[in-house]
Amino acid sequence: MMGKSRTQALLLSLPLIAFIGITFVAPLGSMVLRSFYDPLVAEILPKTVAALGEWDGGALPPEGVYALLAEELRQARADRTIGRLATRLNRQTPGLRSVVSGTGRRLARQGQPPWAEALPRMNKAWGEPEVWHAIAQAGRRVTPTYYLNALDLRMDADSGVVQQPEAKRVYRALFVKTIGVALAITLLCLGIGYPLAWFIAHSPPRRGRLLLVLVLLPFWTSLLVRTTSWIVLLQQQGVLNNLLIWAGVVADDQRLTLMHNMIGTFVAMTHVLLPFMVLPLYSVMSGIPPVQMQAASSLGAKWPRAFRRVYLPQSMPGVGAGCLLVFILAMGYYITPALVGGQSGQLISNFIAYHMQTSLNWGLAAALGSILFVAVLLLFLLYDRVLGLDRMRLGS
Amino acid sequence: MSAWRAGPGAWALRVFCGLAFLFLMAPILIIIPLSFNAEPYFTFTRGMLTLDPDAYSLRWYEQVLLGERWRSAALNTLIVGVSATLLATTLGTVAAMGLSSPAMPWRRTITALLISPMIVPIIIAAAGMFFFYSSLNLTQTYTGLILSHAALGAPFVVITVTAAMAGFNSELLLAAASLGAGPVRTFFKVQLPILSPGVISGALFAFAASLDEVVVVLFMAGLEQRTIPREMWAGIREEISPAILAAATFLILIAVLLLLALELLQRRSDSGRP
Repeated sequence: MMGKSRTQALLLSLPLIAFIGITFVAPLGSMVLRSFYDPLVAEILPKTVAALGEWDGGALPPEGVYALLAEELRQARADRTIGRLATRLNRQTPGLRSVVSGTGRRLARQGQPPWAEALPRMNKAWGEPEVWHAIAQAGRRVTPTYYLNALDLRMDADSGVVQQPEAKRVYRALFVKTIGVALAITLLCLGIGYPLAWFIAHSPPRRGRLLLVLVLLPFWTSLLVRTTSWIVLLQQQGVLNNLLIWAGVVADDQRLTLMHNMIGTFVAMTHVLLPFMVLPLYSVMSGIPPVQMQAASSLGAKWPRAFRRVYLPQSMPGVGAGCLLVFILAMGYYITPALVGGQSGQLISNFIAYHMQTSLNWGLAAALGSILFVAVLLLFLLYDRVLGLDRMRLGS
Repeated sequence: MSAWRAGPGAWALRVFCGLAFLFLMAPILIIIPLSFNAEPYFTFTRGMLTLDPDAYSLRWYEQVLLGERWRSAALNTLIVGVSATLLATTLGTVAAMGLSSPAMPWRRTITALLISPMIVPIIIAAAGMFFFYSSLNLTQTYTGLILSHAALGAPFVVITVTAAMAGFNSELLLAAASLGAGPVRTFFKVQLPILSPGVISGALFAFAASLDEVVVVLFMAGLEQRTIPREMWAGIREEISPAILAAATFLILIAVLLLLALELLQRRSDSGRP
């Protein structure tokens, strides 16, 4: 009997489990796979890569390897895959793009053995061991390159891990900045949301319901609409600046830059995420009977003491839920910073989008995404451990 | 309570909360009058402030309602949203019934899995979906968009229906069975009507999620599948035209309607309880 209802319950959930598995978990898996698995070089230069596997890595590879490379580069040019190869190798060792594509062009017109002399004549880089090390490293299908790049590191010719040159160090600072911004926004939301939730929860029921709508309406309004509103309000010719000029606070030629910088990101993200703080707080606070505070005060406790000893501990589950939710959401925010953040207000998600759409460095996008994913997953597990996902509620 | 209500602290709290409500609502309300701007600006003109009727116009609404671009975007939004909602609601409701059974094994893990699309940052989900769906040739298709939006909407249905199931008296099922109803008949005649507020609000959440989604659309949709949020994105990024304010006003209206519907459902399910 027990076994039967177990199977029945599982069978009911199975269609959605399969659906989420295929439409959501598999895509995440394919992203994680892409962050460390890159067969491109091994597929375009299979024989060269195999031959380099037997190279001792000493001075320069033997004539046979040169010949294979010349043959495969010619083929890659004919197949029109040489551009992708050049881009990939350039990521391994900057400067290789022009070496590879230039050599490809020359090979199409000229060249004959011995290749160990012909190739260095076409581009003297082929006479240096660095290029060959780079091809050997990039030829491995499983590659740490993208994770190294995502942490501002790279591999040098001897397969040692070194720091990127100073000018190219971006991502470690960016992760720190993203965490910092998410933390600051969480605290801002808590600072505004706690008194607000208290006020709503302990208003007379009818007024409380009405006030709750003022929180729920922004929550239900499209994110793009809210972001547009902030553009309208914050831009230099915008409503807020006009208001300040009208009030005589700033002069017309000194309009404040409130957007396309960190201020814009902060204001708009706090606005977007505030309901996620207020709603869990409200649902916990509306379960705390106000009589308790009255009892504490009638026993002689002053307000701060009564609050600290009686009210605050009981509201902590709401604080935990709200903070974790806002922090998780803030860490992965994309749209709002992309539209109002300008250059300085960009977070990790914006760089993932940049590598997905503009630089087309999908391996790096996948590595950055995987790191963010693990961070969120840990927070998600923390949420489950502390508050229980199966008790999650939406709205009121 | 009343002892603090009267004090200066209470006034400070009121002023603070008043400002907080202003912060929440003002950005949304400001859009509405500006969408009637006769000039192509994102700000109030002198004429608007002096209530000059010539400073107001419906030209942006004309553009949104009659323009081919916005009309096809609205149609796409509807196609993707409705299909994804139906898919998410069906699968989510059935799954929630399984999750609510006391005999359900590995409940915590499975719940976490089914809710994960709601928590994983959308940019990560969109990147993964782009990689995976392009390997199946599903990018730039309606199918791809519908499947991904259904995955993003299903957690909402699972949560609301699980919550509704918590208040469900399972003896009703036994009663129905003892009266000779089979499981399918019992589901449609007994269980679903009682659960319907939960199911419908889950569906509303799922639809709202699809209506609000732009990142997956950015990565996956072709020109033919552009939705309203995608057009708004283009409107903000590429050519700032107050037409997006008119579109935004419509979206605010939809939010109000969704909120009202949920409020009514809430009342109905509250009054249905003993």
